[in-house]
Amino acid sequence: MISLSASDPTTTAGAPAGPRRPQQTPAPGEPPTVSVQDVSIVYRTTFEKVPTFKSAIVRLGRGERAVREVDALQNVSFDVPRGTSLGIIGANGAGKSTLMRAIAGVLPPTKGRIEVRGKISALLALGVGFNGQLSGRENVVLGGLAAGLSREQVEERAEQIAEFAEIGEFMDLPMRTYSSGMYQRLAFSVSVHMDPDILLIDEALSAGDASFKEKATAKMDELMASARAMFLVSHSLGSIKSLCDDAIWIHKGKLMMHDTPERCIAAYTKFLKVGENAFTFEDL
Amino acid sequence: MAHDTTPDWDAELQVYEPHKAGLPRFGPYFRDLVDRLPFAAEFSRSGIRAANTQTVFGQLWLVLNPLLLACVYYILVAILTRRGGMEFLAHIVGGLFVYYFVSNSISTGASSVTGGGRLIMNMAFPRLLMPMAAVRTAFFRFLPTVPVYLLIHTLGGGVWSPTMLLGLVFLGMLVVFGIGMAAFVAALQVYFRDTSSFLPYFLRIWLYLSPVLWYPQDAPERFADLMVLNPLYSMIGGWTETTLQGVVPPVEMWVAGSLWAVVALVAGSLFFMSRERDFAVRL
Repeated sequence: MISLSASDPTTTAGAPAGPRRPQQTPAPGEPPTVSVQDVSIVYRTTFEKVPTFKSAIVRLGRGERAVREVDALQNVSFDVPRGTSLGIIGANGAGKSTLMRAIAGVLPPTKGRIEVRGKISALLALGVGFNGQLSGRENVVLGGLAAGLSREQVEERAEQIAEFAEIGEFMDLPMRTYSSGMYQRLAFSVSVHMDPDILLIDEALSAGDASFKEKATAKMDELMASARAMFLVSHSLGSIKSLCDDAIWIHKGKLMMHDTPERCIAAYTKFLKVGENAFTFEDL
Repeated sequence: MAHDTTPDWDAELQVYEPHKAGLPRFGPYFRDLVDRLPFAAEFSRSGIRAANTQTVFGQLWLVLNPLLLACVYYILVAILTRRGGMEFLAHIVGGLFVYYFVSNSISTGASSVTGGGRLIMNMAFPRLLMPMAAVRTAFFRFLPTVPVYLLIHTLGGGVWSPTMLLGLVFLGMLVVFGIGMAAFVAALQVYFRDTSSFLPYFLRIWLYLSPVLWYPQDAPERFADLMVLNPLYSMIGGWTETTLQGVVPPVEMWVAGSLWAVVALVAGSLFFMSRERDFAVRL
C-alpha cells in the first residue's frame, strides 16, 4: 500500500487489509523497479503451422500471404515501485503473456521503453526444460547459464531446486520421463531459486498438488521479503487477490485499469458478465 | 548524476527499447554474448552428451563415418581418374574431414534456433549463442578425426614440417566461416522449416566444387580465376596444402580465405540479429 501511495493517492482508498508478509519499501527518490513507458508491441507471425519454402512458393503462385500482424500491446504505461506485487488480469489473448515477455526482455517493444532495475527470473507460460533428452539437472544448469549466472552459482542451486521440487532421483533422469506435475514443480522451483530481484510468474500456480501449492505460496511470500517486485499473471482471481497488492487489467492489448486487485477484479468480472459490447470506457 | 549520498539506482538498470533498423544495440548485445559464452559451451557439451558421442562407440563412429565415406570417394575417384595411392587417400581424408566440420556446422546450426524452443521463447539472451554452440559441437566432432588424418598422412609418406602448423590459420578461417553460415541458415530455418531438408543437396554440390576430391591446382584453366569465389576453395585448399604437402599456399588463398570468413561472419550474424526479435513469436 505504501508502495503505491506516493504516485497515485486514489489507489490507497479502497485498499485491502494489506499484504501479510514483510515487504520492501521504496527509498526516497528511488525510481520504480519496473517502468513500462508507452509500450506498444507489434509482431508479425505466420498462421501456417509449419512454414516452408514449398508452401511459400505455392502461396506466391496464388498471390496469398500467410503473414499476419498482431497488435499485442498498445500504448501501455505503468510503474511498479519497489515492494509491489502486481497482478495482471485479462481474458485470453489480452496481451498478458506478451507483456511479461517484454518485461523479461524476450520480446523487445516496437515502440516505447521498458526500464527494469534488477535481475529478473521469469516463469513464463512454457516453463523451463527445453530438451527432454537431457536430465532435469542439465536443463536447470543450462537455464541458469542462459540467465547469466555463473557455473558455481547454478550447480550450488541445483540441489536446493531438486529438493524444493520434490523430484528426488528424477533430477538426474531425462526430462522426458517426468510427469507433468514434476515438470511444473521443477519449473516453479527453478524460478524461485534464482535469487531474483524481480519475479515474473505466468500461470504457474496450478503447479502440483494442494500441498505443493501451499508450499509455493509460502515460498512466494518469503521471496517478497527479498525480491523487489513480483508480477503474477493468473486466471485464478483468488490467487491475485491473496498474493498481490496492486493490479492491472489488460484487454485486447490496452491497459483498461490500474488499481487495487479488488477493484480491478470487480471491474473485470463485471465486464465479463455484462459483455464487451455493453461496456464502455465511461463505466470505468 | 549519482553522488556519494544517493545510491546508484541505475546500477542494475536494463532498458528494453525498439530495435533500430531491426538490430539490437551492439554494445549490450556483445557484452552479454561474451558473458554467456559458458552457456554456449555447456549447451554444446550437453548436446554431445545426449547424443552419446562420449562413449567409446560414439567416438569410434565419429571417426568411422567420415573414414568410410573417404574410402567410398577414394574408390570413386580412383576409378574415374585412374589416380590412386596412399598420398591421394590422405588428401581426400584430410579434405573430407575438414569439409565435414563445415558441413556439420551448417546443418547443426540450421536447427539450433528451432530446436532451442522453450529456451528461446522464455529467456532473454543473445540468440547468436545458439549457432555458436552448434559450431562448437561440430568442432568437437571433428577433433577425434584429426589423429586419424595424421596417421594416414604418415602412412602415405607425407612430410612433417613446421609449415603444417599454418593449417591452423585455415582451420580458424573455417571456424569463423562456419559460425557465419550457421547463423544464416539458423535464421532462415525459422522462416522456412524445410531449409534443413534442402541443405544436404547444396552441401553435396559444394563438396564437389571444393578441392577435396581433386587438388587445388587441378582446377580447370578457364575456371581458375573464378575459384576464389568459392570460399571453401581457399580454406580447404589452404588446409590441405599446408597440412598435407607442407607448402605455403599462394597469397590469394590467404586473402580470399580470410575475406570470405569475415564476410560470412558479419553478414550471417547481422542477418541473424536482424531477425532475432522474431524468433520469440515464430517458434
